Amino acid sequence: MSRYAELPAYEIVERIKAHEIKAEDYIASLYERIKRIEKDVHAYITLTEDLALKKAREIDKKIEKGEKTGRLCGAGIAIKDNICMKGVRTTCASPMLEKFIPPYNATVVKRIEDEDGIILGKANMDEFAMGSSTEYSYFGTTHNPWDLKRVPGGSSGGSAAAIASSTASLALGSDTGGSIRCPASFCLVVGLKPTYGLVSRFGLIAYANSLEQIGPITKDVRDCALLLSCITSHDPLDSTSVDKPQEDYTKYLMDDINGIRIGVIKEFFGEGTQDSVAKGVWDAILKLEELGANYQEISLKNLHYALPSYYIIAMSEASSNLARYDGLRYGYRIPDKSYDWSTVYSKDRRFGFGFEVKRRIILGTFALSAGYYNEYYLKAQKIRTLIKRDFEMAFKRFDVLIGPTMPILPFKIGEKVQDPLEMYMCDVDTVPANLVGIPSISIPCGFSLGLPIGLQMMVPPFREGLLLRVAFSFQRNFPTLARLGNYE
Amino acid sequence: MILVERKKSISKKEIEHIAWLARIEISKKELELFSKQLNDILAYFAKIDEVDTENIPPSYHVLDLVNVFRKDNVKPSLPEEIFQIAPQTKEKFVKAPRMA
Amino acid sequence: MSKIKSAEIKIGLEVHCQLTNLKTKLFCSCSSDYRGKEPNTHICPICMGMPGTLPVLNEKALEDAIMVAIALNSEISERMLFFRKNYFYPDMPKNFQISQYDKAGGVPLALGGCIQINDKRIRIRRIQLEEDPGKLSYDGTIESSTYTLVDYNRAGIALIEIVTEPDIESPKEARLFLEKLRSILEHLGISDGSLEGSMRCDANISLKGGKRVEIKNISSFKEVERALNFEITRQKSLIERGITIGQETRHWDEVRRITISLRTKEEEQDYRYFPEPDLVPVIIQKDQIKEIEQRMPELPDERRRRFIEQYHLLPQNAEILTRSKDMADFFEECTKLYEKPKEISNWLIGEFLSYLHDKGIEMNELRLAPRHLVDMLRFIDEGTISRKMAKSVLQEMLLTGKMPDIIVKEKKFEKILDREYVRNMVERVLKENPQAAKDAIIDEKAINYLMGQLMKATEGKIDPKLAGEIIRERLSELAIS
Repeated sequence: MSRYAELPAYEIVERIKAHEIKAEDYIASLYERIKRIEKDVHAYITLTEDLALKKAREIDKKIEKGEKTGRLCGAGIAIKDNICMKGVRTTCASPMLEKFIPPYNATVVKRIEDEDGIILGKANMDEFAMGSSTEYSYFGTTHNPWDLKRVPGGSSGGSAAAIASSTASLALGSDTGGSIRCPASFCLVVGLKPTYGLVSRFGLIAYANSLEQIGPITKDVRDCALLLSCITSHDPLDSTSVDKPQEDYTKYLMDDINGIRIGVIKEFFGEGTQDSVAKGVWDAILKLEELGANYQEISLKNLHYALPSYYIIAMSEASSNLARYDGLRYGYRIPDKSYDWSTVYSKDRRFGFGFEVKRRIILGTFALSAGYYNEYYLKAQKIRTLIKRDFEMAFKRFDVLIGPTMPILPFKIGEKVQDPLEMYMCDVDTVPANLVGIPSISIPCGFSLGLPIGLQMMVPPFREGLLLRVAFSFQRNFPTLARLGNYE
Repeated sequence: MILVERKKSISKKEIEHIAWLARIEISKKELELFSKQLNDILAYFAKIDEVDTENIPPSYHVLDLVNVFRKDNVKPSLPEEIFQIAPQTKEKFVKAPRMA
Repeated sequence: MSKIKSAEIKIGLEVHCQLTNLKTKLFCSCSSDYRGKEPNTHICPICMGMPGTLPVLNEKALEDAIMVAIALNSEISERMLFFRKNYFYPDMPKNFQISQYDKAGGVPLALGGCIQINDKRIRIRRIQLEEDPGKLSYDGTIESSTYTLVDYNRAGIALIEIVTEPDIESPKEARLFLEKLRSILEHLGISDGSLEGSMRCDANISLKGGKRVEIKNISSFKEVERALNFEITRQKSLIERGITIGQETRHWDEVRRITISLRTKEEEQDYRYFPEPDLVPVIIQKDQIKEIEQRMPELPDERRRRFIEQYHLLPQNAEILTRSKDMADFFEECTKLYEKPKEISNWLIGEFLSYLHDKGIEMNELRLAPRHLVDMLRFIDEGTISRKMAKSVLQEMLLTGKMPDIIVKEKKFEKILDREYVRNMVERVLKENPQAAKDAIIDEKAINYLMGQLMKATEGKIDPKLAGEIIRERLSELAIS
């Protein structure tokens, strides 16, 4: 067992800066661990070992010379494979981009490199981030480290599994309808979806652009705050990036939630929520009460319509965002040169996309088409307004809104893959935060039958500090529930 | 609340037209499979009819952000790096299939 | 083509003008100066539609567009949105165009407005900002080429789209409208119409209240008149045979000069417009509009009125001069050097314009500067050359770009003022035309004939005043004898 696997990232960073650990040793040992565990977990699509070791050596040299180093100094990070990394294959787990090597970096990658973080590789995901289990990956599914026969959640399954199995100290995922929080919940780690606009989307290969954000996946809440602080800043390359001064979120980490008003969302405990999940989450709520918070139940009526609205909007945007994949400037191109352009495009996309992606593109095209635009897309956007208003009302009475992240425990691989609608239902608790654009975190809060349960908390826009404070307090006080332990 | 007579299903012919609009070639088998799945999903989506959204404005953008611009100044890029990614090229052009 | 009454023809235009004055493209910082450059050299990940890239709006493009809307008397929207127009085509890097829309909750830059041509107002329906696609070329024709070549240099260039109401009633009017629009845009300094492909146009036409036919692929303003004339003829002959015209899209073939039916599935196109999620709304404040209005340059109509007042030109001449900014500028530069604006105006409207028209070139392609025209005019004033000679001098100047004084010397255009020589030539002419000589003594008018002969004999090189003097001298000598 590698001696680094149990250390949180912020401690590794401190020790590297203090000359106690050599970055090169630490990174090498991570790769050693990866080689052992990957055959079971399969969290990565591409590993960047040579680059990582090179960077590690450079950092060690910097430290020897007494030069200034960044806040992520030497930490090994897994990046979801829909985030562009210059010179490194970025596939979105799709045959369409199997050979795509972007000549540019996503802004978040740049930020990480500026802070001396070390990227270990590109993490597995559902194709084009469309899925809740990572089973839709062209490169084969990732296995949940807690039970290899079960899914790790999705679409950032690889990132979460890497953190859970300690084959990365930090990870980045993306969340369009729950894709950070779902795998965080299933893998018993911490996952945060920031406020829409807080983290630059430049270089994030788009699925549904009005809904998605890149966010941290970590074991320790402090690590989450640290990574978040490094990737949030205004980006002139992203028109939807807010112009807020950069914050250090670690300063919000204090063990004090006295008087915090918690609203428990009734609709998150409705039909479809497993009893063991409901119990696990309620236990956690009571624990928060022990720590000084107050709770009350609240009903947000329009949440019944969140899931269909989310899917209509997401699929509509996706159908347009994925139109660019035609095999002309990059991506998969059929070898046969005899067809006309329209036929070639249709074949490139037939073989370049998996079933789920094709399904969503077709549904999205339908929802935007003449005659249906008002009934589907426009209607869904109006419901979005209603849900936004519900949350605004709720936040007048409560500081934090709470519920389970997932209505169910991690399911077996292959269990839901044949029934798309059943798969979509998994997102019922996570999509509201995306529709409204508010930040949301999932933290481990217990087990049932040996399987992880995740607690979801939401706060008003740009109040990540508060979110992290409550999460920090819970994790500090209930470490076994919050799984600050190890996976072997 | 006005109840609109909604089309709750999509025919195979419509799916074919949509697939053409989206430039995705689908096989007969896929068409069969999709037809069932898409209609199940649409039936579920129809739930949104229950909500009265009269006079509710849509939320296209969830942020209040407006007026984001950039200055009209040239920034260099590396066109050769981008060009060499193209699957098929001829001299300095990207090569596309025939039009007709 | 027999005449169709005006009320029977309705033409609407959709004009796309590049904002050629911008240094960069609409949504990325690539240089917009792509003409004459190697293909695919003015590209970046954003305008190539690469995965993960995002658009950011060019601030100056918005300012330019606001200026156009003010110049066209349009109502500028307070809150403008960008929409996606979704369709697949090899010149489209993202297979959607970031554009604007005036339905489904869309709000374009401006609505309404008008352009005045002579006594008529052509109403504008809307003005919007959008991006240009790339350029396609073929090995042979579009029908026979086994592949298509794509150059993305133009992809992402800022376009302003101006759509008119179907108020235009003839192809000629369409051309005048486009010329006026071009002049306005050039006076604003935001678009140079002489650059290849900088202004393109689609036309919609319906005859006798029939269905609307759209004509696409008209590459220049000159072609618009031709295309519309052809289409009117084509439709008229169908109508005469009792065939009804259905709504359709046709393609203008510049080489064969015909419109062809695009009876392809393109007609079932469904653009699925929806708001662009990657761009935020643009709020245009009244203050900003005022500020832009205050620094707007002089527009053609204003300039025309000023030309009439300041230079005392005839209204129709002022109108012709201000049809093109280059022409109007040239005129005014000349007036700074020479005190007879009417003279300048006549020469520009006469010789210059016919030369440009004959050669099919633009004003800015001339190798002539205002100073040269002025020099030539001074030669006429001084009597060095006659008006007739000046015409050939001017032709030579336009063709070769040589200075007038050089041409005059070369062609030995300096008028012959040698009395001896003139007297000899007069003698000769009088000898060769005895009857005319006799008539001329009695009848003044017959002198003209003799002058003509004299000019012919001397290739117009002698000074007419001197010649007249000497002819009369000789004639009176003969009369006495």
